[in-house]
Amino acid sequence: MTTSQRRVVVTGLGATTPVGGDVSTTWEGLVSGRSGVRALDGAQYADLPVRFAGQLAVEPTTLLEKSESRRLDRCQQIALLASREAWADAGAPELDPERLGVVVATGIGGIVSLLEQNEVLTTRGWSRVSPMSVPMLMPNGSAAWVGLDLGAKAGIHTPVSACASGAEAVSAALDMIRSGRADVVVAGGTEACIHPITIASFAAMRALSTRNDDPAAASRPYDKGRDGFVMGEGAGSLVLESEEHARARGARIYAEVASAGITADGHHIAQPDPEGKGATRAMRLALEGAGATPADVIHVNAHATSTPQGDVAEAGAIRAALGGDVEHVAVSGTKSMTGHLLGGAGAVESVAAILALYHRLAPVTANLEDLDDAVGLDVVHGQARRLRNGDAVVLNNSFGFGGHNVALAFRSI
Amino acid sequence: MSNTEILDGLAAIVNEVAGTPIADITPDKAFIDDLDVDSLSMVEVVMACEDKFGVSIPDGEVKNLKTVGDAVAYIEKAQA
Repeated sequence: MTTSQRRVVVTGLGATTPVGGDVSTTWEGLVSGRSGVRALDGAQYADLPVRFAGQLAVEPTTLLEKSESRRLDRCQQIALLASREAWADAGAPELDPERLGVVVATGIGGIVSLLEQNEVLTTRGWSRVSPMSVPMLMPNGSAAWVGLDLGAKAGIHTPVSACASGAEAVSAALDMIRSGRADVVVAGGTEACIHPITIASFAAMRALSTRNDDPAAASRPYDKGRDGFVMGEGAGSLVLESEEHARARGARIYAEVASAGITADGHHIAQPDPEGKGATRAMRLALEGAGATPADVIHVNAHATSTPQGDVAEAGAIRAALGGDVEHVAVSGTKSMTGHLLGGAGAVESVAAILALYHRLAPVTANLEDLDDAVGLDVVHGQARRLRNGDAVVLNNSFGFGGHNVALAFRSI
Repeated sequence: MSNTEILDGLAAIVNEVAGTPIADITPDKAFIDDLDVDSLSMVEVVMACEDKFGVSIPDGEVKNLKTVGDAVAYIEKAQA
């Protein structure tokens, strides 16, 4: 068997999100429609046009030793927590460290630590800037700490592609195992950059919802009343493993990572191609790579950020990619509950897509009261939807500013 | 400050920075070899000591502070 034909499977899952501090709480929230979006406390947010976000359900510092958390940016804290959960969920396999890799993506990394240290610099002088500033702010910091935690020596990577970063991590991990560089790879995505400057920056693009009077209702993909996305923080982690390695140790297997379809729009630095050609192609490539057809697809975890243009551009792309079979596909927009986790989104939504396949249950799209006529998809809302049994494929879409399109295909096994 | 007060204060700092149990932080212990305080943590310990004890500990001095006892002695002398 050539390494390019190696099947890669998922043997562990981890997450900490605005909906729950671990996978089971998050999943339970996603299938019951619970929002993690709430108002932002603090005078520093009072004058901003957007004063709410998807904030972690469980404070990471409550789960870490002080000596550990004080030298980690928040995005690194949650990347570690999520990967530790995933590793334990996978049964903490013992293997040669040189066969273990890590890919943890982020959109911006430790920007909040950079901002805090800049504050120290200006108020207390350079000699009080933390010697851990560089490790905290460097975007590869999360991947590096996860790698150190696990003793991973096959390679540690941090893909960056804005809101597609987390999905690219899964794709990179898939490639790493298929190419024979590793037998097990911990893949994840993390983001924790809620700060007045980041909110102001997205707000300046008019990209954010301004529904300050009802934060939990603000993220409403596909709804006629949607007015922009909601920033969120969170991390997801998946243990990817070659199938033979997983079976040899009797691991519990959630699903196969069948394929990643990746394209670029070539359209605009921040807006998606309204015709969704790049997104359509990504989904088609994912299906081809998986040896699957649209008829095999039972669920799509859509990117669906709740922007007026983005939701319908993607919906058109999904319809183009799946054709008539789109009628049998239950589409869920889980950002309706988590908010947009940016670099963490692709990873957390991969966890959700895999669990949807594993449990044959598609999560709710919360806040969907008045479906936009232009969507033309079967969007799960009101309550979670039972999915059919048998061999099946689910897709997870992630699209990033800059025109990065990633469609991941997970298959039952 | 008394020797004991300085030791207690330093122990609290090392505990916070490196997670070392307070009971393990005794004058004979070497920061790097015994207490697992790496070079970056040492910078943090020194910064915190400067703030807490109101002293200055230049980089050139830090390399001479091999043990907890060395640091306590330095701080006591600097406060005098």
